[in-house]
Amino acid sequence: MVDFAGWSLPVQYTGIKQEAQAVRSSGGVFDISHMGQLFVCSEFDGAAVAALDRLLTSSVTSLRPGAGQYSFLLNEAGGVIDDLIVYCLEDGIYFLVVNASKIDEVTQWLEQKLPGNVTLEDTSNQFGGIAVQGPDSAEWFALIQRAAGDPDPVSLPERFGILDLPRSMGRFLVCRTGYTGEDGFELFCTSDFLGLWWDAFVDAGATPAGLGARDILRLEKCYPLNGNELKPDRTPIECGLRFAVDMTKVAFIGKSVLESQQKQGVPHCLVAVQQVGKAPPPRTGYGISANGQLIGKVTSGGVSPGLGCGIALVWIQSGHHKVGTDLMMEIRGKQFPCQVVKKPFV
Amino acid sequence: MSVPENLKYAKSHEWVRDDGDGVVTVGISDFAQEKMTELVYVELPEADREIEAGDELAVVESVKSASDIYSPVSGTVIEANTALEDDPTLVNSAPYSDGWMFQIRLSDPAKLDALMNAADYEKLISE
Repeated sequence: MVDFAGWSLPVQYTGIKQEAQAVRSSGGVFDISHMGQLFVCSEFDGAAVAALDRLLTSSVTSLRPGAGQYSFLLNEAGGVIDDLIVYCLEDGIYFLVVNASKIDEVTQWLEQKLPGNVTLEDTSNQFGGIAVQGPDSAEWFALIQRAAGDPDPVSLPERFGILDLPRSMGRFLVCRTGYTGEDGFELFCTSDFLGLWWDAFVDAGATPAGLGARDILRLEKCYPLNGNELKPDRTPIECGLRFAVDMTKVAFIGKSVLESQQKQGVPHCLVAVQQVGKAPPPRTGYGISANGQLIGKVTSGGVSPGLGCGIALVWIQSGHHKVGTDLMMEIRGKQFPCQVVKKPFV
Repeated sequence: MSVPENLKYAKSHEWVRDDGDGVVTVGISDFAQEKMTELVYVELPEADREIEAGDELAVVESVKSASDIYSPVSGTVIEANTALEDDPTLVNSAPYSDGWMFQIRLSDPAKLDALMNAADYEKLISE
């Protein structure tokens, strides 16, 4: 068990590698109760969406009820406060899933920036959550409802969609999202019911998976982790995450910085690097050099169960970022070769 | 958790086997390998290196973390188990046999007595 933003979470249940492989080949279940859940609402339908559209990088106005999108909350300098998923439950009611370590910072920022006619409610302590991820996860969801004799089984929402289920068991939200790159969903409900769902998925065949598997699976897909890749002094442009930024929007906090970076280029960027030959596994903080010059640092590293070699995301000086560039990674005073590769790794 | 009777143990979870003639073999305990989880890389010392007890002599890395392995004794490295470079998981599957890490010629064989016996080590890891 490790401490993660005040939560005690298991690194592994049986083994990081086999848990990760189980998620890719069949499916796994993760405890994600640490994640934060916020509601942003307004009486007047247009007020919440207008405010969120100005605070987030994605086009919140284009969200229809039942849909969600990956987005960034930026500071005035265009740096990342948090990456999150914003869902529209119905007109005027928005649901935000944020990182556990950033709940306080995000709520403070929103409280400061939201107008008086928009309310913010932090429901993080009322919700527990599990993520069911892998090719078999949708089938298990149907199977569990059938087995329970549910006369009115629900189907999963579309990718990035959300389902707000009837309240017979308290608030119950199902989101077709995840952090592994596999099909799957995240289920948020009161913690009393969560254990039942966990057991039901395990009985159906899901492998319990811990933080270790979650981290290597997201790294294989080059999904950023706040605190490692994302920082208040790095923009989504530098991190190569432009897809979650709608530059056609009239205004959002941080836009002008992003605009000038797009025009003038960025001094640093985030690249995917793979080790060549036998080497110790890459870890956060290891130096990256080219021609003997230190030009970057590993932000996240690990051994890919899919590729069987060391992989890393690297914060690097622009110019050394092209796919195929040969670099060196310094580990305990020795140099090990690595190469810039295409994202994602798998 | 296996703790063989015929070995000596260090607080930092290495085991030492007395091979006679002032030579010992060193590895990490079953308890340590289980805590480490499956190893993906082992960095071993060069032969002929002179070491003092407590020196960092090897590094074992799992997916989760890197850990230093300290020499429980003083002396000179005779040989390292290079088979671990190809298959680090030998440490997990056979910590007391094929997963041995290095062999040392002791500078002072009498100091072996300062290490823990199996019963004391068992007590340490059950705490």
